[in-house]
Amino acid sequence: MATTTTGPSGPAEATSGSGGTRRLSPRKRRRITLGIQYVIFVAVIVVVAVSINWGDIQEHFFDPGGAEEMLPEVFTIALKNTIIYALTGYAFGFVLGMILALMRLSSVAPYRWAALIYIEIFRGLPLLLVLLLIAFGLPVAFPGLEFPFGHYGQGAVGLGLVAAAYLAETLRAGIQAIPRGQMEAARSLGMSRPRAMISIVIPQAVRVVIPPLTNELIVLFKDSSLVSAIGVVAEEVEVTKLGSDVAIRTADSTPFIVAGAAYLLITVPLGILVRRLEARQAKGR
Amino acid sequence: MTSAVVISELHKSFGPLEVLRGIDFTVETGQVVCVIGPSGSGKSTLLRCVNLLEEPTSGQVIVNGVEVTDPDVDIDAVRRRIGMVFQQFNLFPHLTALENVTIAQRRVLKRGRTRANQLAMQNLEKVGIAEKASAYPAQLSGGQQQRVAIARSLSMDPDLMLFDEPTSALDPELVGDVLAVMRSLAEDGMTMLVVTHEMSFAREVADHVVFMDGGVIVEQGLPDKVIGSPEHPRTQTFLRRVLDPTHAEVGEVPDVDEYVAHRAEGGAHLPSGWDAGSGHGVG
Repeated sequence: MATTTTGPSGPAEATSGSGGTRRLSPRKRRRITLGIQYVIFVAVIVVVAVSINWGDIQEHFFDPGGAEEMLPEVFTIALKNTIIYALTGYAFGFVLGMILALMRLSSVAPYRWAALIYIEIFRGLPLLLVLLLIAFGLPVAFPGLEFPFGHYGQGAVGLGLVAAAYLAETLRAGIQAIPRGQMEAARSLGMSRPRAMISIVIPQAVRVVIPPLTNELIVLFKDSSLVSAIGVVAEEVEVTKLGSDVAIRTADSTPFIVAGAAYLLITVPLGILVRRLEARQAKGR
Repeated sequence: MTSAVVISELHKSFGPLEVLRGIDFTVETGQVVCVIGPSGSGKSTLLRCVNLLEEPTSGQVIVNGVEVTDPDVDIDAVRRRIGMVFQQFNLFPHLTALENVTIAQRRVLKRGRTRANQLAMQNLEKVGIAEKASAYPAQLSGGQQQRVAIARSLSMDPDLMLFDEPTSALDPELVGDVLAVMRSLAEDGMTMLVVTHEMSFAREVADHVVFMDGGVIVEQGLPDKVIGSPEHPRTQTFLRRVLDPTHAEVGEVPDVDEYVAHRAEGGAHLPSGWDAGSGHGVG
């Protein structure tokens, strides 16, 4: 940053005491600043490119043999399971989150307190801990407790319980963003409060919060990797677990890259889809 | 025949602020009643008490023989028979014009899709906007949105229509379309209670005009009387300022509280500032 010329720019400014220094027009100054930014960008790339061991990268990160090792399981089993964990967890979390959001807005005070306590607890607990508690703690507390679909059920509940805390706050914000007049118009047409919520307020609220809702779905795709901690068997394995298993077996990093690509294969198109959806909705509004 | 709306001793407070201070009046079936008055006079609150969007603090509201202020009333059933049109239209932005008009028919009256669509199109036609049936509210002008809102209320076959400043949020050029629709409704014999600043509409279409200020009815009667030759200085001042804002004088508006306090004491003549001598006749 130039310290000599701090006054407002323009030809009339030469009255201040900064006489003698070179005067650059704002346009020239801007051009120099831009130039510096490009130089820094290129310099960083060059430094990284030079310091990387390209030979080893080729061998350990992009080894076709290592990649082949993961096929077809990475798609037929691992990615399928990742999608199952994420989607079932999200579905469970969305329903629970909606209930919690409505409880937060309830006129029954104990409902508000209960929802708030739930949200504070499950927003604060690490997902890994929640999953371990479900898998190993709950069966002790409730002897004979069986989750439907085994690890799939446990994974969905664990992911859903934590996601619900975040989704509840998101949905509450969405509901509160809908103008009061919408509820009034619905009620004055003879709709009951629940009917107006379901037909008028919630559909609009969900549209408002589509970006954060998508974020949470993407988070679940990634966090589903933690389900492997509850001791899944071979057919229940998800992408990260498969990647790390194969990586250990082959002593090679290529499986990590393949696993990473598998996640991006889901999350990037999802992002594009949602941006399109949003653009379309912006037109309707 | 029972009156469409009977309001007696209606009070409404928001915290310490008393917005309605004892309102009594009646709307007969088939009548068009216009409520006029300055902002903050309680007109809108009065209207919203009729379908219980605001809960009155005390007093009674009876609509078509049903007491809506009865705590055990099925308010949803009562509201089905009372249409309401808002200043801000309040169309449902996620639904097309047609869906806006059908959703309550289908969800509340449980009409089938075909029947609901048919009635919706009839009503959209009535308000002159059938060709926009598949448009979303955001694609419509204010005047078009307000007419869809009227069609939405009409589709519930209401016995009574409430209008809360229906043209106040419109471009001046579009006001006429909405007023024309309201006028044709009035000609069809719809019972209407209209809060409005459109004095020419009130004068021509209303059967009865109510002037409110400070939460009380200052003056009411035939439109020619209330708007044409108002008795009370407060009404005179209001109308002069509304009809001819260019020639209003700063600080000439009298305080209605003096009038209310005076009336409560049973005073026969008006307090200072309220005596008819200082009032200027409407030109």
